[in-house]
Amino acid sequence: MARVLGALPLLAFVALAFGIPAIAMVAGAFTVEGAPGLGNLALTTQGGYLLALGNSVKLSAVVAVLGAVLGTFLAQAVVTSRSRALREAVLTASGVLANFGGVPLAFFWVATLGNAGVISGLFGLPSGTLFTFWGLVLVYLYFSVPLMVLVIAPALDGLRPQWREAAANNGATSWQYWRYVALPVLTPGLLGGVVLLFGSAFAAYATASAMGAGTVLPLVTLKIAAALSGDVQTGFENVGLALSLDMVLVAALVMAVYLPLQRRSTRWLQ
Amino acid sequence: MTALAPVAPVPESAPAASRRRDRPRLWRGVVLALAALYFLVPLAASFWYTVHNQSTGLSLSPYAELWTAEGFLTSLLLSLVLALATIVLVLLLTLPAMITVRLAAPRLRPVMEVICTLPLVVPPITLVAGVSRSLQVGGDVLAPTPFWGTLIAIQNQDFPLVLVFVYVVLVLPFVYRSLDAGLRTMDVRTLVEAARNLGASWPHVMFRVIVPNLRSALASASFLTLALVLGEYTVASILGYQPFAVWIVTISGSKGQLSVAASVLSLLLTWLLLLTISGGSRDRSA
Repeated sequence: MARVLGALPLLAFVALAFGIPAIAMVAGAFTVEGAPGLGNLALTTQGGYLLALGNSVKLSAVVAVLGAVLGTFLAQAVVTSRSRALREAVLTASGVLANFGGVPLAFFWVATLGNAGVISGLFGLPSGTLFTFWGLVLVYLYFSVPLMVLVIAPALDGLRPQWREAAANNGATSWQYWRYVALPVLTPGLLGGVVLLFGSAFAAYATASAMGAGTVLPLVTLKIAAALSGDVQTGFENVGLALSLDMVLVAALVMAVYLPLQRRSTRWLQ
Repeated sequence: MTALAPVAPVPESAPAASRRRDRPRLWRGVVLALAALYFLVPLAASFWYTVHNQSTGLSLSPYAELWTAEGFLTSLLLSLVLALATIVLVLLLTLPAMITVRLAAPRLRPVMEVICTLPLVVPPITLVAGVSRSLQVGGDVLAPTPFWGTLIAIQNQDFPLVLVFVYVVLVLPFVYRSLDAGLRTMDVRTLVEAARNLGASWPHVMFRVIVPNLRSALASASFLTLALVLGEYTVASILGYQPFAVWIVTISGSKGQLSVAASVLSLLLTWLLLLTISGGSRDRSA
């Protein structure tokens, strides 16, 4: 027992700071007016809550797929470029922007394409352009594309030129090379990237909240916040906890796909 | 990727060398130009938004106004203090645990890995939902006991320890990965045994042998934590505290220009912090 003494503080801390809230969340989700029940979870699969859950999944899925495709193109453009400076600059900027979500991102876009934004003023865009589904996609891509670049660049680097040459020597066209050689090698990395992007867009709250997206596009994170603060109706806190449980289930599913994929894709990086 | 091929057809007769050079140039230029447009326009537009005003024309005054704005310094200070406390606590918890696991209990390693990955599965908003419920219930349950004072103390408005606890949980996966990568590059067991055989005490081993070898991993873990805590909004706003990110939202209602100026400042800060990390990690790989 003495041998694991050094690990005890961490284990105790996680049990306290993570375990207790987790238990409180699950217990709350299954408590209806003081008695155990499934009422809250049933509520989250109806009406406005289901709509919010659907919106979140749809938004995250669109952002994940678009972000993955655009990020891969950008990464390939940078990786195949012979300019070291360009490569360094794009990768560093990706590192910054991938971590740059949240409140400032929301205000950058509001200042750009919001109702009083600089670009919307320049082109006379109708008010509310930013506050739509696709407006939110545009905003979320700002941190998703850089994240994809970071995830996929090492995998693209791992595509050896010899493979392309070997394919060409055997008479393969460029299309055949991508279809039968490069894409299969990249698949775990690409899928892992999609899943990671989905997870990060799904969990995002600050950006949507600061933009005030709740009225045009209710998202599950915004619903949870509203239920917690008792904005809507008191007594709905437990529904917020049930929604949280739904989110954790989706996120757990995402991670269950991501972690094995990540392990597979690292095989090609050696 | 398959769509790349038809972008720029190349005559079959072109020599191999020039084919390699010419074909990618067009699509690569288009991709890079579009990316530059998408990523730079909001930055430029936001900056323009802060310095240009219909009535007064161009002026940098919002940036000067920031420093005297009510709550700016307090909230920024709060964020910095929270970040420092989070860094200290997370390193004090993880480093001894990871070294112990490596030296004495390798069988615990999968357990550690799972524990330190779990927070990734829990979006911050759901974690804070659980935390706020725990604080509520804890308040009722602990009211007659001496622990009630502790519960109130960790929710102190001037220095909410409860935020530090939640942030430690949220950054745990990133810190774990960073330290794990650092520990992989050294032979912990040999170093520790050599130092112990030469009569070094445990604190000496920790601070004079392990920590110096881990310097860049520790630095990158710390800077990442700093960046994440400085930008954190979800947890703090739901629990009702006002660090920097929450302050930006609070003033956005009355002073739009100021909130955008604060956002620009916060991007610059993030940029600086992460540049420092990437400098540090380059040292490590060298």
